[in-house]
Amino acid sequence: MKDAALELKHVHFSVNGLHILKDITGVIPKGKITTLVGPSGAGKSTLFKLCNGLQTASSGDIYIKNKRIGSYEPTELRRLVGIALQEATMLSGSVMKNIAVPLTLQGKQMEKEEAAHLLEIVGLDQGFLNRDASDLSGGQRQRLSIARTLVNRPQTLLLDEITSSLDKVSQQDIEKLIVKINQEFGTTIIWITHNLEQAMSIGDYTWVMMDGELVETGPSDLLNNPSDARVKRFVKGEIE
Amino acid sequence: MSYVTLSLTLIFVLIPLVLSKTFKLGLEKDTLIAAVRSIIQLLAVGYVLQFVFDSKQMIYIVLMVLLMIVAATHNARKKGTSIKGITWKLFVTFVCIEVLTQAILLGLRITPPEAQYIISISGMVIGNSMVLGILFLNRFTAEVETNQKQTELILSLGGTPKQAIHTQLITAIKASTIPTIESQKTIGLVQLPGMMSGQIIAGADPVQAVLFQLLILFLLLTTAVTTSIMLGYLSYPTLFNERMQFLKENLAVEES
Repeated sequence: MKDAALELKHVHFSVNGLHILKDITGVIPKGKITTLVGPSGAGKSTLFKLCNGLQTASSGDIYIKNKRIGSYEPTELRRLVGIALQEATMLSGSVMKNIAVPLTLQGKQMEKEEAAHLLEIVGLDQGFLNRDASDLSGGQRQRLSIARTLVNRPQTLLLDEITSSLDKVSQQDIEKLIVKINQEFGTTIIWITHNLEQAMSIGDYTWVMMDGELVETGPSDLLNNPSDARVKRFVKGEIE
Repeated sequence: MSYVTLSLTLIFVLIPLVLSKTFKLGLEKDTLIAAVRSIIQLLAVGYVLQFVFDSKQMIYIVLMVLLMIVAATHNARKKGTSIKGITWKLFVTFVCIEVLTQAILLGLRITPPEAQYIISISGMVIGNSMVLGILFLNRFTAEVETNQKQTELILSLGGTPKQAIHTQLITAIKASTIPTIESQKTIGLVQLPGMMSGQIIAGADPVQAVLFQLLILFLLLTTAVTTSIMLGYLSYPTLFNERMQFLKENLAVEES
């Protein structure tokens, strides 16, 4: 598909005989925000790891920009498809050290101005640069984690429940930030969230996953009126 | 020392047995096994060494050293938490350390190419290397396990396996070599090394004994650092596949 940032064809993933993903087929449109919702254990985070190349599908194909995922060098793929996780893991040391990691890994140095600019994009002022990353609040860590992922200028950004442990205000700030990144840089966003309101207000499209299957896809308002019986129960909060 | 005198030294085995019984430490069985095993093993080694020294044939020296390496590999594999395929990595490390040290000692004529020198020094080198190997493996696997998120983070940002595991590798190398370096700082002040004491008891000139002990100490420094680094660089690639994915399952403890 021409306007696909990411395409999955009959993707299966199993570990020790346990089927975690079953026959996932779908297209993530380029430059849009697609939310990924579903009960815990549906296989959403595993799907992210397959897209970022941290794991490989047992069968089926994943295409990034119409190129098979396996044809990319792993490091190239991971720079192209960035990922930010709920825990926002930080390395010990300063904010500057953490934000510069993607460049350090390539043997390059990050200028202070560039780091300050990235912090500004995610709503942190440059006074944070010399602070210890371990002293940051949950919301600040998430912002730094997103800024760090942006250093690689990913065309697709995978966000795994990045607001689930944040308070309402921080959550809304991060939502605004993601919309800004999507609109200003044209970055394709795929966002795993448990918050269905967030999925509908932020997402252009939604994928609903249950028990390792992709059960429904479409514009985000599908969550208002799902056609699948299991999704109806999930939306009503009967399945967690 | 006669066998009669040796039997008197069993008092030193009786003391911990009595103490263990009195204080209900439950160490009686292990103490007895340790005492019996050391008597049998050391006497057997004594007779084997006598045979090797008398024969003056290189093949027996090589076989003896090989036996030490196999025993050290077996022990390190059993005692250390493990990484998939660790047995051959340990074996290769011990062989390389042995070849390196003997090449320097014999090549530069620091020690003569005689069985008593080669075997005694090999025993110390391989034994030290084995302890270092166990220390390194235990620390390295613990570091990798507790820092999995960091490893995954670096991989996800486009880092290579070597970059993703670098901190854990360096921490484990340092932690395993520090005891050797630290103990050498206080040597002679806090403790008299076993080999030197043995030589002095056997009537050797104390200064000569010190010179030999220094040789061994320097040798053990090389052994410590080289063992940890070699084992580290042989081990970490096992934790990743060709797609640079972290293979957690390869950290599993091997069946002994």
